[in-house]
Amino acid sequence: MITSASLLSVITFIYGLTLILYVIAWIFKKPVFGQLATGSMVAAALGNTAGIGLRWFESLQMGYGHAPLSNLYESLIFFSLTVAVIYLYLEYRYRIRVIGAVAALIPFLAMAYASLPSISSEIQPLIPALQSNWLIAHVMTCFFGYAAFALACGISLLYLAKSSYGDPQKGLMARVPDFSTLDELTHQMVTFGFLFLSVGIITGAVWANQAWGRYWGWDPKETWSLITWLVYATLLHARLMRGWEGKRIAYLSCLGFFAVLFTYFGVNLLPGLHSYQ
Amino acid sequence: MNNTDKNDSFFDRLWKLFTSVKLSVALLLTLAVTSIIGTVIPQNQNPMLYQQKFGEVLYPIFEALSLFDMYNSWWFRLLISLLIVNILVCSIERLSSTWKLIFPEKLNFRADRFRKSPNRTEWIAEQSPEALKGVYGDYIIRHFRHSHIETDDTAGYLIFGEKGRWTRLGVYVVHLSILLLMVGALIGSIFGFEGYMNVPVGASENTILLRNSDQSMKLEFDIRCEDFTVSHYPSGMPKEYRSEIAIVDNGKTVLEKALRVNDPIHYAGISIFQSSYGKVPGDKFTVVFTDNASGMRVEKRAAIGEQIKLPADGGTLIIEDFTDNFSFRGHNIGPTFLSRLVEKSGTPQPLILPLDYPSFDKMRQGDYAISIEKIDYRYYTGLQIARDPGIPMVYAGFIALIIGCYITFFMFHQQICIELRPADGRTTVSVAGISPRNRPGIKTAIKRLARKLGKLTGQENKPV
Ligand code: HEM
Repeated sequence: MITSASLLSVITFIYGLTLILYVIAWIFKKPVFGQLATGSMVAAALGNTAGIGLRWFESLQMGYGHAPLSNLYESLIFFSLTVAVIYLYLEYRYRIRVIGAVAALIPFLAMAYASLPSISSEIQPLIPALQSNWLIAHVMTCFFGYAAFALACGISLLYLAKSSYGDPQKGLMARVPDFSTLDELTHQMVTFGFLFLSVGIITGAVWANQAWGRYWGWDPKETWSLITWLVYATLLHARLMRGWEGKRIAYLSCLGFFAVLFTYFGVNLLPGLHSYQ
Repeated sequence: MNNTDKNDSFFDRLWKLFTSVKLSVALLLTLAVTSIIGTVIPQNQNPMLYQQKFGEVLYPIFEALSLFDMYNSWWFRLLISLLIVNILVCSIERLSSTWKLIFPEKLNFRADRFRKSPNRTEWIAEQSPEALKGVYGDYIIRHFRHSHIETDDTAGYLIFGEKGRWTRLGVYVVHLSILLLMVGALIGSIFGFEGYMNVPVGASENTILLRNSDQSMKLEFDIRCEDFTVSHYPSGMPKEYRSEIAIVDNGKTVLEKALRVNDPIHYAGISIFQSSYGKVPGDKFTVVFTDNASGMRVEKRAAIGEQIKLPADGGTLIIEDFTDNFSFRGHNIGPTFLSRLVEKSGTPQPLILPLDYPSFDKMRQGDYAISIEKIDYRYYTGLQIARDPGIPMVYAGFIALIIGCYITFFMFHQQICIELRPADGRTTVSVAGISPRNRPGIKTAIKRLARKLGKLTGQENKPV
């Protein structure tokens, strides 16, 4: 019987393969590579979903039965899936494949990180503080937001790479979408992420109010999510009101994703309630 | 807006400062950056710890800047207040013009504004302009709030449609939500409270210790803890903390409920949360007298408040109190009984009886060394008690924030124009749209509209 852990480590390699296929499709013009890459991404996303489902099933069999969203390992797996799904939607909607190279890199790195021995992949029962339906709403919305921000950052990096390239119409960069499309995609991903991050912070606040009797306590994780939110709010105002676009928005989007990464990982180095490890 | 000149009064210039988005961008970034401090320096800890950590130079500076309670400091509150004034002033400044935009007295449609639009899509249809006008006109009337058809000078037609003007209010909903959150938080901090209470099993309590202060407060009712249990998973991880709680109001039990984490009790505007637990010594324990000369042990069962006779009629011992953490010459010696010894000859003297150091009392060099063993513990449940009358407003702010963001980001004001020009019995159809601030969504909306219109009249118009 195949376990979720072994299935998910296979998926890690499929994401790696997807990455390679997207890079090949980027370099060589043959459409078949692009179709292969897309197929591989779809397969990885399906496998990823199956892995999460299987893990849920395993937890049911162990008598715990909670959705696999309760520790760092499980959140990384879910994060990978959300990146893949959002990307596939973008590819379908905008018919752009070059971004796939960036989009496959993110889940590949996340899943590879999750499989490090220092990150426990054991299925653990829920401690009393986590036994709440708000956990599911909170984690899912936060990670949808994080995934959109990750893609926004990837697209911004592509933008910056293209703009620092000698002639953006030549070589590899010629196949990267034009500046205005990249800019628009970044903006779309940021607004999508911002809505989900807002809902994520709100569900977290409602949950904290139910568990601890206060909706906001300035604990480091909460504060960092607010910092992230403020950075993206700055970006949105700079763009909508001051007409910023292009490079400056790309830099802000990278700064925002840095704040996301710190909220996600860095906070574990600081003292606080969200002991997500 | 009036133009800036030197004669503007101070108030005018201040007003102008607060209408600027530069200020909001600066404030948002400043809040983001300063918030980091409080995540690096743990907040609201014992001043001694800070002194040790930061030394004599930095400590007074940090203290003066309120860095140890920065989210409540004057300067952090000032930043938030500036943001609020910024949002208010900006909204007041713009709402009237936005309002006029949303509810215009007369709509005016001008075809030339659409001709330059980059999303303009064109195709050739087999039907006559008149036929197309009927079908497309119907569609636009049904799907757009405002519409208008006019004849073009080249004997073609122009069909205009417009919808989503009201979505321009989305931003105001978002900004209103921020105000609701702030006002709700303010109401909570003025009229609410937050504190802790420990209730031993079988006991009732009504006094809470307020958070971050040494004050206490009395509730109007009693909280009784009938029972407390901790259950564990086979791995040893905690599975459930459960307190059987009864609320006793005016001597009557008015509510009984199993209190668990994530499942609070609400009574009379006050919420009760399962927060911690611990042990207190139960009624009975054993006092051991060890003869310092012979080493002989005499044991007696006793309880707090009881008088215990010393062996050989040597006097009495009264166990007065118990504390979880007793500090002896600056060292924490853990759970300790505090007692008073009245010997036959001599004045009463206080005795410290730490549980973890049974030979502690040997130091006194009396006839007997006294220690305490075999305690029956009982649990107490640690409750967090809070009242926050700001919650409804905060939650209203949450809902407004979500709805407002959705409207602002995913809906937009759009105006479209379909142009039908006769071309040798056939018709050139072109569709274009504009939206304020060139919202990216308009491109997709036009693509879809073109596809839809093409289908209505049997063309597969692949946008070129
Ligand atoms: C956190 C506190 C916030 C402050 C201090 C703030 C402040 C401001 C100010 C001063 C303006 C310009 C004045 C106006 O047009 O009314 C503005 C505009 C705007 N804000 Fe905010 N804002 C905040 C939060 C947000 C959030 C969370 C969003 C996200 C949806 C948002 C979206 C917008 C938009 C879209 C505009 C442009 C309005 C327009 O198109 O006319 N704001 N903001």
